[in-house]
Amino acid sequence: MNQAYAVAAVTVVVLATVLIGALGLRISRTTSDFYVASRTVKPGLNAAAISGEYLSAASFLGIAGLVLLQGPEMLWYPVGYTAGYLVLLVLVAAPLRRSGAYTLSDFAEARLESPQVRRLASLFVVGIGWLYLLPQLQGAGLTLEILTGAPDWVGGLVVALVVTGAVAAGGMRSITFVQAFQYWLKLTALLVPALFLVVAWLGDDAPRARFAEPATFREHTSVRVDDTVRIDLDRPLRVTVTGTVDDRRHDREPVALDAGVHRIGAGTELGFPAHARVPQKAGSERTGASSWSQPLASSREEHPLYATYGLILATFLGTMGLPHVAVRFYTSPNGTAARRTTLVVLGLVGAFYLLPPVYGALGRIYAPELSLTGEADAAVLVLPDRMIGGVGGDLLGALLAGGAFAAFLSTASGLTMSVAGVLTQDVLPSRGVRHFRLATVIAMAVPLGLSIVTVDVPVADAVGLAFAVSASSFCPLLVLGIWWRGLTPPGAVAGLVVGGGAALTAVMATRAGLPADGWSHSLLAWPAVWSVPLGFLTMVLVSLATRDRIPAGTAATLARLHLPEDLMANDSTGVSGGARQR
Amino acid sequence: MSADQPASARPPRRETVTGVPRSARRPPGHAPARSEITEQTSLGATYVRSLMRSQLRTALIALGALVLLVGSLPLLFSLPEVFTTSDLPSPAPFVWAVLGVVVYPVLWLIARWYVRRAERNERAFSKLVEGR
Repeated sequence: MNQAYAVAAVTVVVLATVLIGALGLRISRTTSDFYVASRTVKPGLNAAAISGEYLSAASFLGIAGLVLLQGPEMLWYPVGYTAGYLVLLVLVAAPLRRSGAYTLSDFAEARLESPQVRRLASLFVVGIGWLYLLPQLQGAGLTLEILTGAPDWVGGLVVALVVTGAVAAGGMRSITFVQAFQYWLKLTALLVPALFLVVAWLGDDAPRARFAEPATFREHTSVRVDDTVRIDLDRPLRVTVTGTVDDRRHDREPVALDAGVHRIGAGTELGFPAHARVPQKAGSERTGASSWSQPLASSREEHPLYATYGLILATFLGTMGLPHVAVRFYTSPNGTAARRTTLVVLGLVGAFYLLPPVYGALGRIYAPELSLTGEADAAVLVLPDRMIGGVGGDLLGALLAGGAFAAFLSTASGLTMSVAGVLTQDVLPSRGVRHFRLATVIAMAVPLGLSIVTVDVPVADAVGLAFAVSASSFCPLLVLGIWWRGLTPPGAVAGLVVGGGAALTAVMATRAGLPADGWSHSLLAWPAVWSVPLGFLTMVLVSLATRDRIPAGTAATLARLHLPEDLMANDSTGVSGGARQR
Repeated sequence: MSADQPASARPPRRETVTGVPRSARRPPGHAPARSEITEQTSLGATYVRSLMRSQLRTALIALGALVLLVGSLPLLFSLPEVFTTSDLPSPAPFVWAVLGVVVYPVLWLIARWYVRRAERNERAFSKLVEGR
């Protein structure tokens, strides 16, 4: 891949982001502009911004990588990410906007009239936000490393600086423009190369991708293994080796490997003959863990049906509680617009998700060795070079690199915006634009520090963890808060702690490798199936037990959440004002 | 419902109104049901409840369609494995077509139905409240 083109593309994306952010700075005048873009963002623009923010690198690169590794079953990820918006639309979109609150913490406080619930909700917002920011920064580092060979902390630092600058300078209004621009950039960056790749694939007599059997090399391929891996061969294999295999050094020698497990040293180059099977990584070892392409549980195949439903529940119900998703609804002018915006978002996000599977399937045919080197995420980036080559391949590769960087930037800005909003309101002493800027720096500095200190946090785990925790904590709070009169502050606190806490503990335990296999492993690795009902049940039961603590203003709040704005607005000027004046 | 009937039927509430000249007509569109809602009488609460119930029913129908059409797919896909009849064609192309393409328009259509229905519910409610 041509580094100069890739660096140029990334630079252009970064510059465009800064420029559009600066444009927003000229328009952004008031505090209200700053936080909610004065609530005047039209559905079309707002929907593009929401989609641009939502489609992170996990969508742009990760889904293709997952499909390459594990086949069409992984398509449940994009389906879940999209269906999450349908559930959000149906259950919370309009009432959330009508609540008139800015963050999820504001909603909790407005609905339950309790500062304690507010503080707990803030804790979850900041926690989920950081959990989600961390993989964005690490992924940016990984991408820039693959593209240019820069050290892996550089990408994270670039993203952090650009995002902090754009958010702190222009606030929500400039971010709205930036993210709307980045949605269209990401769609173009994935669509145009995909068309060329499909043409190239047709010109190649359209070979079929096979997922039922191991992938094979189409031609003689040489693969460089960056991190030490253990491979499991099910039949003998002849390769040319430069480096160490099973602790023996070779220098461009043909080596016959028996069936069984072999250890390939870091930096080894393997030359595979045409039509050789791509070796599978030995199961237990998970080296080079920093990858979206790693499934949340290594034992997915043990209980696939349960795991699929775990994924479905986490993504369908978790989307509504993601802090950067919720905050965008406050920028709609009213509840009806919020609903229409979500409808447009569903169209935009769904259109985008038609593309990554194409890359996954083509990657399985043309770049199967990525599963061996643990760089399946790079499938999207390397395919143009692999299938088209020449200047055309370089240009398309650069377009994809720019799109991938746009993915990091947009999701990271949305998350920073929402975390900074909560920090300004609930942690820092006084409100105001200057404190918001300070909060932005803090919101980005913590995950940036973590991303440099903790090297190998698996990205898929962090993203999946955020969805599972959000589905088990904010989903019950929002759904019950909007539709049930009986919710009490103690019930909300208990549900948040028990549901969200259980999901968090379960995935942490899996990360620590506690139950190695069997049902207990599946249960902990895919907690949403039981932790979401647990959260709901706790919230309902504790609320029923503390029925005397139902907030006094519940009826008024629910009326405000569900009545169309024109009724409510006319009331405040019509009734009380009219009575006073006349 | 005709104007002023519910309000004048509740004498205890009328006693608190003082000093408003009789000549001051209520502005057009300001129907009594609306003040029932803002003043949080039990009648107003009933109005809100009725709107919530119709919106919740719409939401549950949409969710039901989602569960039925999309949520049941994993079960459907695992059927061939359960029966392990090798003469069945591989489900892979079907899985690709459904999860890769078909599911997105289905989600969008459910969403569009919901948005239209929810807005209709609100319009009907506004009409009821404003007594038109």
